[in-house]
Amino acid sequence: MRIGVIALQGGFAEHISILSRCGAGAYPVRLPSHIDDLDGIVIPGGESTSLKILMREYGLLEPLRELIGRGLPVFGTCAGMVLLAREPTDPDRSSLGAMNIEVDRNAFGRQADSFQSELSIPVLGDRPFPGVFVRAPVVRATDDGVQVLCRLSDGVIVAVQQENRLACSFHPELTNDLRFHKYFLSIDRGDVFAKSSYRRSQRAA
Amino acid sequence: MEKGTWRVKTGLAQMLKGGVIMDVVTPEQARIAEDAGACAVMALERVPADIRADGGVARMADPTIIAAIMETVSIPVMAKCRIGHFVEAQVLEALGVDFIDESEVLTPADESHHVWKHDFRVPFVCGCRELGEALRRIGEGAAMMRTKGEAGTGNIIEAVRHMRAVQDGIRRLKALPKEELATEAKALGAPLELVARVHRAGRLPVVNFAAGGIATPADAALMMQLGAEGVFVGSGIFKSSNPVVRAQAIVKATTHYQDPAIVAEASGDLGEAMAGLDMKAIPEHELLSGRGW
Repeated sequence: MRIGVIALQGGFAEHISILSRCGAGAYPVRLPSHIDDLDGIVIPGGESTSLKILMREYGLLEPLRELIGRGLPVFGTCAGMVLLAREPTDPDRSSLGAMNIEVDRNAFGRQADSFQSELSIPVLGDRPFPGVFVRAPVVRATDDGVQVLCRLSDGVIVAVQQENRLACSFHPELTNDLRFHKYFLSIDRGDVFAKSSYRRSQRAA
Repeated sequence: MEKGTWRVKTGLAQMLKGGVIMDVVTPEQARIAEDAGACAVMALERVPADIRADGGVARMADPTIIAAIMETVSIPVMAKCRIGHFVEAQVLEALGVDFIDESEVLTPADESHHVWKHDFRVPFVCGCRELGEALRRIGEGAAMMRTKGEAGTGNIIEAVRHMRAVQDGIRRLKALPKEELATEAKALGAPLELVARVHRAGRLPVVNFAAGGIATPADAALMMQLGAEGVFVGSGIFKSSNPVVRAQAIVKATTHYQDPAIVAEASGDLGEAMAGLDMKAIPEHELLSGRGW
């Protein structure tokens, strides 16, 4: 399986490393030409403001919107979740807007309030998942088709799924727990390959 | 829930990787930096080139300036304290900055001792010239490193020297047999446990950026190719003739450091770079990188 990791800024090397440990091929994506022939895409943590600017600058936003719209599975962590969220007030369409969620950035405060906490995530099994929250966003509201995967003890939503799109506030790639990435690799890919890859369909022909 | 753990401190540094951290002295500059794609800003009263020109004692910035910059941007805000000045560090933590740079660019407060950084909830970044110095700072609790270079010069030569020294040190440690690690730790003046970690992992246990002298997109890409995981640009942006364009260009070259065509494209039409200084023109006692140990 070939998974692209947006590699403009942030924790992309950590995602590539953990995906490789899960047995997937992981490839950095910096330019539109790197998007071809993928079975999934990961948007890492980093600074969401920088990532948005860089994704627009290098022409990644439109192709990604199109592929995700056609069913390419996507997994966003922290800033990646911010980029996947729908922004009601987003005049320059700088986000991917691929999930029916609204998020609050830096919802816990500044860095001194970054924290670790054990999480209960039923789809990953009974064993608690190590949550690493770094200047993390949270999901403020969800809409049609969004399933909540994890809440903090006070009810705040920190992980969600909408069909084959996943997003979480925390950083599974900063831990040694592979379960979240394995879950991403295991979600239904339908006939995404035929639909999303020009090159693959050409090769098949 | 546990705050201020080593994991979340080093985790923030990991999220800054591949990015450019820019020195700013006003909220307007901070806004320009954020809009250009900076992954963080360093809030200062004066950029290093001005500190160098003005002389006198350079201290932590006025909290009013730092607070105004924190108000303006949503990216992380860093601020500098003097080497060993743990009360300036306490003040910066109380202000809520996201990272403290215990920096040789300010006049040191203590000739022998750096801040014991493990005591703080906020992470620290420190400068280094070689591997031993990096591991001493990490031992004291630095969650991120940067090679020192020579700040405020617009001259990349010291940054290159320091990055090569750190990388050489790592390659050397990696190749050593285990029984020679203790002797090497003694020679480096570094904690054995960290020496052993570098030997095993073949890299520093924290993220390492380059700093001190980066003035052009090609300088940034050079440091990235030499092994930096991101860059600090101090005087290079706001001492140039067109800060907006130069800031964007340096971000672009840092992201695409392996792609010379993009670095070339980023290098054109930038206006004048900062003037820059030859190392030989700086008297020994005015060199900043020799501060700290």
